[in-house]
Amino acid sequence: MHPRIISELRAIVGERGLITETEQLRTYECDGLTNFRVVPLAVALPASGEQVQAIVRICHREGIPFVARGSGTGLSGGALPVESGIVISLARLNRILDVDLPNARVVVEPGVINLQVTQQVAPHGYFYAPDPSSQSVCTIGGNVAENSGGAHCLKYGFTANHVLGLKVVLPDGEIVELGGKTLDQPGYDLMGVFVGSEGTLGIATEITLRLVKRPEVIQTLLAAFHSTDEAGAAVSEIIAAGILPAAIEMMDNLSIQAAEAAVHAGYPQCEGLLLVELDGPTAEVALSMERVTAICRSCGAWEIRLAQSDAERLVVWKGRKAAFAAMGRVSPDYIVQDGVIPRTALPRVLREIKQLSEAAGLRVANVFHAGDGNLHPLVLYDRSVPGQEHIAEELSFDIIKLCVQAGGSITGEHGVGREKQKYMSTMYAEPDLDTMQLVRCAFDPRHLANPDKLFPRPRLCAEKPGRYEPHPLEQAGIAELF
Amino acid sequence: MTVDSQTLHTDLSAIVGAEQVRAAVPADAIDGVQPQMIVEPDDEAQVAAVLRLASGAGLSVVPRGGGSKLGWGNPPRSVDLILSLRRLNQVIEHAWGDMTATVQAGCRVAELQRVLAEHGQRLALDPLWPERATIGGILATNDSGSLRARYGTLRDLVLGVTIALPDGTLARSGGKVVKNVAGYDLPKLINGAFGTLGVITEATFRLYPLPAHVRCLRFQASEVSALHRLLLRVLDSTLVLTGAQLAVASESPPVLDLRCEGIAEALDDQIAQLMQFGTGLSVAPLDPVDWHGYDSLWSEDEQELICKVSVLPSDIGALTQTIRRVAGPMQLGWELKIQALGTGMLRIAGANEQTLLAALSILRAESGQLAGSCVALHAPLAVKQKLDVWGAAPGSLPLMRRVKDRFDPQHVLNPGRFVGGM
Repeated sequence: MHPRIISELRAIVGERGLITETEQLRTYECDGLTNFRVVPLAVALPASGEQVQAIVRICHREGIPFVARGSGTGLSGGALPVESGIVISLARLNRILDVDLPNARVVVEPGVINLQVTQQVAPHGYFYAPDPSSQSVCTIGGNVAENSGGAHCLKYGFTANHVLGLKVVLPDGEIVELGGKTLDQPGYDLMGVFVGSEGTLGIATEITLRLVKRPEVIQTLLAAFHSTDEAGAAVSEIIAAGILPAAIEMMDNLSIQAAEAAVHAGYPQCEGLLLVELDGPTAEVALSMERVTAICRSCGAWEIRLAQSDAERLVVWKGRKAAFAAMGRVSPDYIVQDGVIPRTALPRVLREIKQLSEAAGLRVANVFHAGDGNLHPLVLYDRSVPGQEHIAEELSFDIIKLCVQAGGSITGEHGVGREKQKYMSTMYAEPDLDTMQLVRCAFDPRHLANPDKLFPRPRLCAEKPGRYEPHPLEQAGIAELF
Repeated sequence: MTVDSQTLHTDLSAIVGAEQVRAAVPADAIDGVQPQMIVEPDDEAQVAAVLRLASGAGLSVVPRGGGSKLGWGNPPRSVDLILSLRRLNQVIEHAWGDMTATVQAGCRVAELQRVLAEHGQRLALDPLWPERATIGGILATNDSGSLRARYGTLRDLVLGVTIALPDGTLARSGGKVVKNVAGYDLPKLINGAFGTLGVITEATFRLYPLPAHVRCLRFQASEVSALHRLLLRVLDSTLVLTGAQLAVASESPPVLDLRCEGIAEALDDQIAQLMQFGTGLSVAPLDPVDWHGYDSLWSEDEQELICKVSVLPSDIGALTQTIRRVAGPMQLGWELKIQALGTGMLRIAGANEQTLLAALSILRAESGQLAGSCVALHAPLAVKQKLDVWGAAPGSLPLMRRVKDRFDPQHVLNPGRFVGGM
């Protein structure tokens, strides 16, 4: 990067706010998806929204691509740097700006950690509902970019359902407010499309969130089954009974072993473990839990335990939330997938995953949000065995294709990022993707914000929609104008 | 408009068949703007073909479902074609085991609910006029009622949409599963876009079970402030309400209706707790069938103004004071129904257009100070012609225009009717 630009950036963020040394830059070369690594030209750590704006303005003027980054816990490579660009870390924008309890709203900067929001308001009986497993380290800005979910989104919804307003630095450096503290603001729901846009539409510098009142009572049940089929049947019956649990999680034997080795949650050793959490008014939870217990029994549960204290409940959850990381205990390497299927397809898809796993000669552990059909199959392999990584990638792709064929999605909460770009075409036809690109072209016609992510291939945006002059690349038949 | 009627009729007939094209009559006019033809496609491919034809011929198109909210929005700059979605009226799939449903845009809300109820489920939304309103219409206008207190609005319920763009592209986005973050969330963009970006042909929703039991209470007080305090107390409690609606009017005492749904035995507890919160206020059980949403407030009276208002829940009391302060001296009759989360509808009956116009301007300025909004849904044409019914342009309008220009570069769809004259 030109020394003039370096000094301009340094003037904005200060000496300690700009990283240009290769060794230090390596800290930022990947996110939670570690098999893709790119060292950026520089990393800027602004301390205010104005600094973010000033940096983006320079990027826009100079045509430098930028990638926004929170804690870098994303699992799809969304924060993977661009070789010819810079990373804008939002870690220093970590203030909670406003807490408005009468209206159950908070305004935060993007670098605030997810769990800190809940910690801030918990003494008043409120919590922030989206709870990705990484909630103790991931940032709200990253959650907004990825539309993060979590175990409890079955009942409470995703990040998109909890964001009310955004202040955004657009890719041309303009600042725009989308949504706000009051609901149903006139105009297009650009906030709705910004959430989950994976950093491709700009950088949020202030985020207004909706809080939820902590329920009167929370109860968590563990049920051990002889098979994932039985456990899956119980899930369907619970939902069919009109009960909406806060969460229903399922783990298979391999996941249980791994989680036990890591966390000692005291899970029963079984083929299919269900974790059902109910919350709400005391009387309703008590009655619903009786029904859930009866359903689990009738579906073949041979052991049913109700967590007896908050401490017990937390241990149960700790095991579940540690499940990915715990895979290191049973396999040197693994690929985690994030496919979604209609809940009723669960038993069939699990059987087919088993067949694929056997055919590929690799183990697949299953740990997932069973209530909303969000699978997290973990394909276990050993990188040191020649060819095995490739087989694991193929198997992983086959599992995703299975999900799409079942009427589902390639990703329920981890995002497309770099990892699943190539899968997008299995789910959407060209016109569908082209239509999404219209939004991209309106926000970022020069593709500076997190370029080459999310979409299977880049597209050129005509500078002015409507009548246009053909782009030279288009005339030469190299690129398609859109 | 660059084509003569005969050519247009022939071209449209070639797409949908001659019997599904007819000349518009005066009753089809929108805010005094007379369309030329009504066209009724049979399927989404025909919808797309009609749009492609209209774009090519430089025609303006207004999509129409049940027509119940066709008077909302600014008067159109022009209307050549009304694109009726009447024939796209099927419930394509009710995947009751997955609690999702896919339905065509022209299906009436009540018809969808009847189909879903066969398996004890519902679209957890209570929009205006369900017997007339269609799925496409409620999506385009982002209509909602009291159930939003618990289930949110359509943006929280819609999982996927198929839209036909002005250039004839048919695009699907979102999916049929409740959890999906693949690609941009276009269903949210389309919801509430007033049919200015594309024509919705089909949508998939997440569903909820029909409640086993419903119990409602009606609290009355002489002062709004007492009911507002109760409402805030309920919101700050662990009780789970599926409706909380405050009704305030110039001529009658304020009431607060509260609704709980769930298992009968568990509801007793909630009701007891509500009664305790409202100690000192007059309270009576309300039969759920007597719960009236916005329908009862609505009128087709030419000389009335009906606004959608939105403020913070804590500002509901201040809003009612503002309305009283504005309407009192002008001797305007008014009625406000507002939901727990601060969104509501306000009807103002005025002597003449000047008074309504003046009242609206003051209300807008004052609700703006409450960080809220006030959109005129229904107003005398003379009022609508003098202002933007959507209120002051939001700061994001230039960006909204860029989105509009990408989706509909020639401004074929509903020209002029949306925010900022988009």
